[in-house]
Amino acid sequence: MEKYIIELRNLSKSYNGIKVVNSIDLKIRENEFVTLLGPSGCGKTTTLRMIGGFEDPDEGEILFQGKLLNPVPPYKRNINTVFQRYALFPHMNVFENVAFGLRIKKLPKDEIVERVERILKMMDLENFGKRHVDSLSGGQQQRVAIARALVNEPKVLLLDEPLGALDLKLRKEMQIELLDMQRSVGITFIYVTHDQEEALTMSDTVVVMNQGHIQQVGTPEDIYNEPNNRFVADFIGESNIIEAIMLEDKKVRFDDHTFDCVDVGFGQNEPVDVVIRPEDLQIVTDPGKGMIQGTVISVVFKGVHYEMLIENEHREYMVHSTLMFPEGSRVGMNVQPVDIHVMKREGHES
Amino acid sequence: MKRMKILAYPYSVWMAIFIVVPILLVLLYSLTEGDIRNLAELRFSTQSYERVLEPIYLKVIVNSFILATLSTLFCLLLGYPVAMIVARSNPKVRGMLLMFLIVPMWMNFLLRTYAWMSILSPNGFLNRLMDLLGLPRLEIMPGKTAVLLGMIYNFLPFMILPIYTVLSKIDKQFLEAANDLGANNMRTFFKIILPLSIPGVVSGITMVFLPAVSTFVISGLLGGGKTPLIGDLIEHQFMWEGNWHFGSSLSIILMVMILISMAIMSRIDRNGQQEKNGQSKV
Amino acid sequence: MKKTAVRIYMGLIFLFLYAPIIVLIVFSFNKTKSRGQWAGFTLDWYAELFKDRLITEALYYTVIIAILATLISTIVGTISAIGIHYMKGFSKNLLLNVNNIPVLNPDIVTGVALMTLFLSAGLRLGFVTMLIAHVLFCIPYVILAVLPKLRQLNKHTAEAAMDLGATPSYALRKVILPEIRPGIISGALMAFTMSIDDFVISFFTTGNEVSNLSILIYSMAKRGVKPTINALSTLMFVTVVILLLIINKRSEKGEELLL
Repeated sequence: MEKYIIELRNLSKSYNGIKVVNSIDLKIRENEFVTLLGPSGCGKTTTLRMIGGFEDPDEGEILFQGKLLNPVPPYKRNINTVFQRYALFPHMNVFENVAFGLRIKKLPKDEIVERVERILKMMDLENFGKRHVDSLSGGQQQRVAIARALVNEPKVLLLDEPLGALDLKLRKEMQIELLDMQRSVGITFIYVTHDQEEALTMSDTVVVMNQGHIQQVGTPEDIYNEPNNRFVADFIGESNIIEAIMLEDKKVRFDDHTFDCVDVGFGQNEPVDVVIRPEDLQIVTDPGKGMIQGTVISVVFKGVHYEMLIENEHREYMVHSTLMFPEGSRVGMNVQPVDIHVMKREGHES
Repeated sequence: MKRMKILAYPYSVWMAIFIVVPILLVLLYSLTEGDIRNLAELRFSTQSYERVLEPIYLKVIVNSFILATLSTLFCLLLGYPVAMIVARSNPKVRGMLLMFLIVPMWMNFLLRTYAWMSILSPNGFLNRLMDLLGLPRLEIMPGKTAVLLGMIYNFLPFMILPIYTVLSKIDKQFLEAANDLGANNMRTFFKIILPLSIPGVVSGITMVFLPAVSTFVISGLLGGGKTPLIGDLIEHQFMWEGNWHFGSSLSIILMVMILISMAIMSRIDRNGQQEKNGQSKV
Repeated sequence: MKKTAVRIYMGLIFLFLYAPIIVLIVFSFNKTKSRGQWAGFTLDWYAELFKDRLITEALYYTVIIAILATLISTIVGTISAIGIHYMKGFSKNLLLNVNNIPVLNPDIVTGVALMTLFLSAGLRLGFVTMLIAHVLFCIPYVILAVLPKLRQLNKHTAEAAMDLGATPSYALRKVILPEIRPGIISGALMAFTMSIDDFVISFFTTGNEVSNLSILIYSMAKRGVKPTINALSTLMFVTVVILLLIINKRSEKGEELLL
């Protein structure tokens, strides 16, 4: 049996009659880096706040190391949170902010000093103890917020869009720092973000949510390569989503062509959605050699690759390629069987 | 944290007892007649409201309204330029000017009024001054003029300060933009400054009119009983006549008068805002 | 040209505002009782002031009531503001509107309404009823001063404190209160000045035995002018100005406090 540190069972929460979290189930392993990913209003923050104890679930259970957590008030949970805008106490300096939790535990003075200084050092904030929190930069405030939580040595750290307020460059740096930190302290991280790239870079497990439901749970690779449904495919990276017919196992038909694929287990002639990532379409100059033919209607240089829109009589395809094909040129496109991802059509139960 | 709201429960009970019940009592007394000491004996009656309509009392109410309106108008005319001058003065001087405008307000209201008594009374400072200058004596006090003067004196800062606050927040760039677009100072004032300052004017008017229409101190001390206002009537009914029914109906009428004027003012304020928005769209 | 006009105008306004005060102060040192004539310098009226039992008693009640009313209304007002802040929707609006009634209602109506309540309940008008009345009209100002500070509060700071192990009451004392302190202080100052300056509501809610300075001045002024009032005015005015200067010096935001 695997050991789970947090389990959510049939968890629901409504505001004003709207179900923002709709009976979700989730198991989180010890030392896992789990990301709740989804658009705003998908219920990810509410889920996090229920784990933190700031919202009471309407239904369902939250288990912590197998024990029911629902009745435990936030201040008795061995879980700490890094808040969206850090919520540092403005009337205390950096040291006092970080020492707050330890003072409540009534630890001996020298132990508090020692632990706070150790964590500040770890966060590259060694000489910042006396500084007022308002005088810190966004990145520094961020690190103080993490230090304030980590110094209590929680079993689980909740992070609510902790990098949302930082600029892009700092954000990338902090992503790497956070990941290093998580590996070195060995704490379970539950991370909330709406940034799919951030989720894919950092997580062991990504939980994609939409409208209060979990859409898919999996490794970043799974989520990216094998999206469960249209929503996940659309939300994670750019993709071409195509309505198709599954003729039989490993045969799918769209755009007047029957493609080989690797998916099995659908009904005969079942309508399905097919996902093809833009980088998985290979362009050939001779239209006759392509499985699909089309005309390039726009080309945009994206730095590493070109992003092209190729139109045929059925749809437009987005294609990423390091080669450039001028607008108006007629091209063919090929796709490998493993790069064709077949998903159940939503609302269509076989 | 949601549980924190229970902290407001004791105060809710307090407000019910000391704010809501007293007003309901006044309403009850205004609509009844009979022995006030025996709530069970009270009978419904509109008699005290009918009494308000008697010419002598009606005249008092109209008088209060006119005097309050006049004093508000004078405060506006005198105060607006002051607010504008202060708002445009350089920052070093501004703090001082504001301070000097506020200091008199920190003197006890009664003393301020009393001070005017010693100036305006028949043998007061003013008339001694007139004697000295060989001018005829003025017979202002007791009388309406003295009451009006007392009102203006007491409430002028209430007009200046809100207008100043709004004026000082107007972005200087608006004025520069107006000049840039060819508006002269006059046009800039009427097209930009005045419309933008309406919220301050509205709260100034409310802050002056409200105490002016309900005062009984100023009229009591400076009017010498010659020009009773609605406040004097209420005081008289409760403190001397013991006629709570009549006093209550006068209080209700005063409240309604003030509610209506506040509603009108807030409508003007809202129209002003809309106009402002409309202008910015054009 | 324009500058001179502005100066003359401001000069006249200030003359209007200060003339009565100057007259009061000057005549508090005047030997005769007459208001128009200067008969030489004296401090007699000040001496008489402190011998007058009515005045010293009124001063005592004014100060005691102001201190008690400020204390009670600051504590109750702050606690209630926190409660109201965490309320929502209809009940919050209702409480806020009722809370505004004593601020917007004319003092005379608040005064007579309280008087009818006290007398209908069979209470004797005096110290207690006057104190209740002062607490009543002070609390709304405290609440109105504290609420904006609560709104500025990052809504997660209290949660952050609890997340770090603070009980709700610990979070309230160590995190919320320190952050709203400026609001509490300006609310308390407002309550104190409202209480010390009040006449109308006190007039209706106290009995014969207990008067504050405002009531005393009113009754003395109605009976006729006495130079002791001049002396009293001068002392009160000077005290207020000194207090103001101290407060102003001590706080950067003097302007806000004054308003």
